[in-house]
Amino acid sequence: MDPVLLSRIQFGANISFHILFPTITIALGWVLLFFKLRYNATRDYAWMHAYFTWVKVFALTFAMGVVTGVTMSFQFGTNWPGYMETVGNIAGPLLAYEILTAFFLEAAFLGIMLFGFRRVSNRVHTLATVLVAGGTTASAFWILALNSWMQTPAGFEMRDGVAHAVDWWAIIFNPSFPYRLTHMLLASGLTVSFLIAGLSSLRYLAGDRSESMWKALRTAVGVAAVLIPVQIFVGDQHGLNTLEHQPAKIAAMEANWKTGGNVPLVLFAWPDEATRENHFEIAIPNGASLILRHHAEGVVPGLDQFEGKHPPVLPLFWGFRIMVGTGVLMLVLSWSAAFFLYRRNRLPQLLAYALVPMAVSGWVATLAGWYVTEIGRQPWLVTGVLLTADAVGPVAGGHVALTLVLYLALYAALMAAYLGVLVHLALKAAKQGDPEPRPAVESRAMSQPAKG
Amino acid sequence: MTIDWPTLLPLIAAGAMGAAILVYVILDGFDLGIGILFIAADDPQKDRMISSIGPFWDANETWLVLAVGLLLVAFPVAHGVILTALYLPVFVLLVGLILRGVAFDFRAKAPSHHKRRWDAAFFIGSLTASLAQGYMLGVYVLGLETGAGAVLFGLLTGVCLAAAYAAMGAAWLIYKTEGELQKKAVAWLRSALVFTALGMAAVSVATPLASPRIFDRWFGWPQILYLSPLPIVSALLFFQLWRDTFRLPKPGDRHALRPFLTLALIFALGFVGLAWSFYPFVVPDRLTIWQAASATQSLAIILGGTAVVLPVIAGYSFYSYRVFGGKAGDLSYD
Repeated sequence: MDPVLLSRIQFGANISFHILFPTITIALGWVLLFFKLRYNATRDYAWMHAYFTWVKVFALTFAMGVVTGVTMSFQFGTNWPGYMETVGNIAGPLLAYEILTAFFLEAAFLGIMLFGFRRVSNRVHTLATVLVAGGTTASAFWILALNSWMQTPAGFEMRDGVAHAVDWWAIIFNPSFPYRLTHMLLASGLTVSFLIAGLSSLRYLAGDRSESMWKALRTAVGVAAVLIPVQIFVGDQHGLNTLEHQPAKIAAMEANWKTGGNVPLVLFAWPDEATRENHFEIAIPNGASLILRHHAEGVVPGLDQFEGKHPPVLPLFWGFRIMVGTGVLMLVLSWSAAFFLYRRNRLPQLLAYALVPMAVSGWVATLAGWYVTEIGRQPWLVTGVLLTADAVGPVAGGHVALTLVLYLALYAALMAAYLGVLVHLALKAAKQGDPEPRPAVESRAMSQPAKG
Repeated sequence: MTIDWPTLLPLIAAGAMGAAILVYVILDGFDLGIGILFIAADDPQKDRMISSIGPFWDANETWLVLAVGLLLVAFPVAHGVILTALYLPVFVLLVGLILRGVAFDFRAKAPSHHKRRWDAAFFIGSLTASLAQGYMLGVYVLGLETGAGAVLFGLLTGVCLAAAYAAMGAAWLIYKTEGELQKKAVAWLRSALVFTALGMAAVSVATPLASPRIFDRWFGWPQILYLSPLPIVSALLFFQLWRDTFRLPKPGDRHALRPFLTLALIFALGFVGLAWSFYPFVVPDRLTIWQAASATQSLAIILGGTAVVLPVIAGYSFYSYRVFGGKAGDLSYD
């Protein structure tokens, strides 16, 4: 098999597996901080029970993120040496700042956040939680700055085939960065909301009616119900930004083969690149023109403009629809759950059953969205600067294939173990309910009462 | 050699990278070593061993990311050459680190009948990661050769490094534990030192024979004169440590940290010796530090950030070790 394609699949598999875990930790850190602050304000120990339940998930997820992240730092060199050779002067500092400011902040204070509750003062423990949550978000900032720069490069010049930085402000705040960062942070918030809502519903179905379960569930559903309309608006803005800077990506997402006005919104189709048309098409007339140009005659770019140099249509078309479809499902379920929880103070059995599988809905939507934007950049690794095929390393295809198979086997086993442990932790918490409150927490250092 | 920024910055970056590697080897060395010693411990001892490193290992492993990151961002060309040449051992290392890292959490959170499985994963992950690191070191010393001799030499350095890590792990346990486990750790340290000494002797004999360039570097006159303190001091420290293993633990637990500090010093001396063997090359005999470096302006930005952040990291790492100082107790989230 083609080493370029194998390397792409391997890198794709590694980074897909990796991104699942930061997507959770970025927002879960802030949710934990919220639980902690609610406890500090109300002294209601149920908030601390919710904190302790979810901090275990945070620890496990963080560990998965760290070990799969180490893999990423090696993969640039093992699979894509041409990448750093060409754009290293720009990617280097961005990656370096990610490692320095963010990674260390998280990793060092994580110990205190996880195991330090009875060793430092309550205030220092809250501060450690703030620093870990801030660190994960700073990580996202730098990584998305680099990824957005690869999509819409700016602020550099080419000298002898090597990119050199001219304007760092323009590099970091490149045209697609603000949209992509906002979109990703909201995605993280939604992923965590539905994870907490799903596992809390599982506890509910297992007979758990504890105060900490209700608090976590209400928080999660409330956050989800607020974030999802914001996300839909931001996603639309991100799409308009892509239309401006990467029109070929939009044309492929919409499976629109011909440039022109009155372009329909294709709901269902099987795009065929050989004949350059859609089979089994179901479409809303003028839909795409209305969404992208905000009037029916609006001219929408089609794939005919980019023949031979546009990304593959099928994965973009379907990836986009899976993401949007999951988003609509999130909207319906979070708003119905919010209605029942906040207005009727109960959770209907049927809704609880529907929320359990939604625990992984954030993962589905996030991965589908990333596939759209990353495959949508092909055939470029850095748009207009470096072709993916030119960056691949001189490693034998056999080695890549062998390691790919082993990675996939390992990841499948780890995923099974991870989900198994999440369910196990939820059911264990459901069985225990809220144990007797522990003695109050004091603000003097080294003053927490011993465990038990 | 003129002293200007384009000359200095790559040198500073190489120094920072070397320091990050050394810190990683010492800090994650004891984590990995404890993983290797897992095979010889009983169940309650395993829990105690985990809690002696639980709050630290995340940050310790991050030093590897910093080291590889600096190689990636400051010497992009070298990163590509070295890591494509070491493709398979890197893969083994990563799988080992993944297994080791997730086992930390899974063993405590998975249903209790799965615990033994994750304990096994923790041991296997730590051992393979250590062997892979040693193997990569060996092959790198030989200039990234691929022949059967290089593979054998790599395996030798792999076993040697794994034994040295086990010694580090045992020394950390002497500092962090008490009672039965501490006595056991002293015995572990003694056996690990035997293997480490054998391995280091073999590597010291093999390296100059395998690489004439390194032979000239070490045994030419007058270098041999000012390099001789390195092996002599290392040997003295080694001997001192060996004698210590018959006297520890001392009444009142005095000098419990000394074995660990001694080993860290031996590692540092060995590292200086290695650095001397290669300078000024970052890929042996192929690319010098300056040939492989990024643009001066990019290096300046990276190093400016490093200079601000590293002292902060050192500060709060120190704070974290103080918060979790003393003998390890049971770890708990609440």
